[in-house]
Amino acid sequence: MVLVLGGLWIGQNVNLLPVDASANASVYDELFRVLFSIGAILFLGILGVLVFSLIQFRRRSGQLGDGLAIEGNLPLEIFWTAVPAFVVLFVGLYSFDIYDRMGGMAPLSHSAHDHHSMVAGEEVWGGIGSSSSQSGSETGLLPVPIEVTAMQFAFLFHYPKEDIMAGELHVPAGRPVSLKMEAKDVIHAFWVPEFRIKQDVIPGQPTVLNFTPTKPGRYPIVCAELCGPYHGGMRSTVVVEDPEDFDTWLTNNTKAPVSEA
Amino acid sequence: MTIAIPPSDNQHAERLQPTGWLRYFSFSVDHKVIGLQYLVCGFIFYLIGGLLAGAIRIELTSPISDFMPRDVYNQVLTLHGTIMIFLWIVPVVNGAFGNYLIPFYVGARDMAFPRLNAVAFWMIPPAGLMLISSYFITGAAQSGWTAYPPLSITTPAAGQIIWILSVLFLGGSSIFGGINFIATILKMRRPGLKLMQLPMYCWAMLGTSILVVLSTPVLAGTLILLSFDIVAHTGFFNPSMGGNAVVYQHLFWFYSHPAVYIMVLPAFGLVSEILPVHCRKPLFGYVTMVYSIMAIVVLGLVVWAHHMFTSGTPPWMRLFFTIATSFIAVPTGIKFFNWLATLWGGRITLNSAVLFSCGFILNFVFGGITGVALAQVPFDIHVHDTYFVVAHFHYIVYGGSVFVIFASIYHWYPKFTGRMLNEDLGRLHFLLTFVGFNLCFAPQHWLGLYGMPRRVAEYDPQFAFVNQLSSVGALLMAISTLPFLFNVVQSAFKGRIAGDNPWNALTPEWLTSSPPPVENWTGEAPLVTEPYGYGVPADQLDLAATSGRDLWTNGQ
Ligand code: HEM
Ligand SMILES: [Cu+2]
Ligand SMILES: [Cu+2]
Repeated sequence: MVLVLGGLWIGQNVNLLPVDASANASVYDELFRVLFSIGAILFLGILGVLVFSLIQFRRRSGQLGDGLAIEGNLPLEIFWTAVPAFVVLFVGLYSFDIYDRMGGMAPLSHSAHDHHSMVAGEEVWGGIGSSSSQSGSETGLLPVPIEVTAMQFAFLFHYPKEDIMAGELHVPAGRPVSLKMEAKDVIHAFWVPEFRIKQDVIPGQPTVLNFTPTKPGRYPIVCAELCGPYHGGMRSTVVVEDPEDFDTWLTNNTKAPVSEA
Repeated sequence: MTIAIPPSDNQHAERLQPTGWLRYFSFSVDHKVIGLQYLVCGFIFYLIGGLLAGAIRIELTSPISDFMPRDVYNQVLTLHGTIMIFLWIVPVVNGAFGNYLIPFYVGARDMAFPRLNAVAFWMIPPAGLMLISSYFITGAAQSGWTAYPPLSITTPAAGQIIWILSVLFLGGSSIFGGINFIATILKMRRPGLKLMQLPMYCWAMLGTSILVVLSTPVLAGTLILLSFDIVAHTGFFNPSMGGNAVVYQHLFWFYSHPAVYIMVLPAFGLVSEILPVHCRKPLFGYVTMVYSIMAIVVLGLVVWAHHMFTSGTPPWMRLFFTIATSFIAVPTGIKFFNWLATLWGGRITLNSAVLFSCGFILNFVFGGITGVALAQVPFDIHVHDTYFVVAHFHYIVYGGSVFVIFASIYHWYPKFTGRMLNEDLGRLHFLLTFVGFNLCFAPQHWLGLYGMPRRVAEYDPQFAFVNQLSSVGALLMAISTLPFLFNVVQSAFKGRIAGDNPWNALTPEWLTSSPPPVENWTGEAPLVTEPYGYGVPADQLDLAATSGRDLWTNGQ
């Protein structure tokens, strides 16, 4: 009992994650807390049993005999097969619900968040929110389409409607964004830790990533797949702006397209 | 040198093979010599891999790339991973202990194919030397131990080809070993010994060898295709030639997920041998242990895509592999509960072997919990390819397999040499390793969650402090090797004489002299039907010592 409460407390109160800056980040954090609580309960329980056994059942001086000859205990073994099976089943289903809410299973989505997927003209090989052709949205906002090109060792962002090329990703807060990504040379991965999403960017196989940023600010974009000597330096920034600022940025750049580096 | 006496021959015959220390450098067909060859050879590669790890941790004490050039860093991390997996853990938990122990456990005088066995071992040193020398001659491979194309196709070809060749050799060696273990366990059993009476390590090795034989050929085929892409400019995996880069990942992980079980199932087996002896209790739940090993083998073959959740994988695949992977935790969990139950109510001697085994239990449980978390697609999408994954698998591979290797050395050293290791140095070794290991790898979970990707030479300065902490832990781990090395060398000459069976163990390797004679037993092999017959049955508590259970019978 103490163990369960302790585990729950740890799960709820130890924060190991950076700020959550997208709609799915808070969903993710919910999952993280659940997994962390279960993990903490299990780990502390086993630690307790182990330490207790080592102290209680250690051989004291003068003891020469053996321990008890217990060879097994069927009900007990069934118990500790069934309980973990139940727990992982719960965790699996729960995390699928979470994944669904993040847009991963887009066609099945009954999510309260705005997730959109784009209707892909050509084959899309994977990503989040990619498998659906649904385009409607609860808020009536269409996703901002952006094309991402990854190459050794930079990301390039292209806004097809305005035909802007940029080295930093600018996105409006509160509006869904849909990235269509492809790599030029080797496999890279697009990761924004504050959004809790990552997707490999693969040469020859376009992937998509849909998300809705929530908190204005500047967050790092990190390449997460080994791509060569400068892999560690392959970083960029995503700028989440208020929609008005975003629109100003768009219009400013449409007139004189420059690519920032 | 070339004439080997068939195992069934008279054990007192004059041998043509060298008999002194020289035989450890010869093409010996004695399974015990081969086992120790694997062990020592593996340990030398461990030291080299450890030096490379040291170089990585030095580079990472500062957020900028300053200790070595960036491409050298990638070579170093590729070599580190490849050496630790293919030249240290796989050969040692399988080849070293498998060769030494399996013939004893089945009551045989040698492995089924002694000469194949020697060939398998002698493929390893040249492959390892070739791999390492590539660094000095052409520059080593730079694409990580996973060698994903197209990166592995575009980095300098010579190093990558040498890498492929040596991994092919090592894989071949491992397949030969696997075939040999399967044949020995199934066909060389002493008459009267039933499968369900075998010590657990045999079951672990049987399961592991099945995995080796089923999955390693897939790796070999894949790497051969990859080498065609590199030298002959074919287009299997090269998108610019119309190939598919993700297919490589499927094929690679079809081997490499089972590979992680190839590294850890034998360790499970070894722990199952060590704990009952020092707890003076039977192994808890023998039958469920056997079934869970087999369940792990089967499930282990169908979970590979959990390494590819962020590659171009369709949603249904993500769903399937999440569930399959999570379920591996069930048989794995059974084994851990069984070990805890083995400890419970025992008379535990807290020596180095037990301490390392318990360290293994803790570390592995931790790594298993992060593993189940990683199996959840939405969780993994954030932390894939970050230091969180690095932490996960080091908890498993170092905290699990390497801890067990040390536990096993403490346990079987008296058998190998006839002398005891120094317990105080052993406990010091354990303390330094345990603290250093946790200091090195626990903080890396946070790094990954907070945004540090793996395989980088430079990183965001906010992570500098935690990386330095981790490097201090690595330094402690390096230091912890010193008491161990000193202990092993010094005890070989000066250690207390062990006697044949210092632990009063019942498994057959202890029912002969230490070190054992060339064909294991001078008389007939003992028939051990209850390898874990320790302990006092509850109703006989007072009759204790002798009448207890003298449960191995000699002869028929
Ligand atoms: C409880 C069972 C386990 C589960 C559920 C599990 C799950 C996972 C998952 C999902 C990943 C992929 C993480 C990622 O790349 O994003 C992973 C990586 C890894 N695991 Fe485990 N794991 C388990 C046990 C093990 C064992 C027993 C070993 C080895 C002895 C192991 C070694 C590894 C390695 C080496 C990697 C990283 C490979 C790489 O990318 O270089 N794991 N594990
Ligand atoms: Cu990159
Ligand atoms: Cu795996």
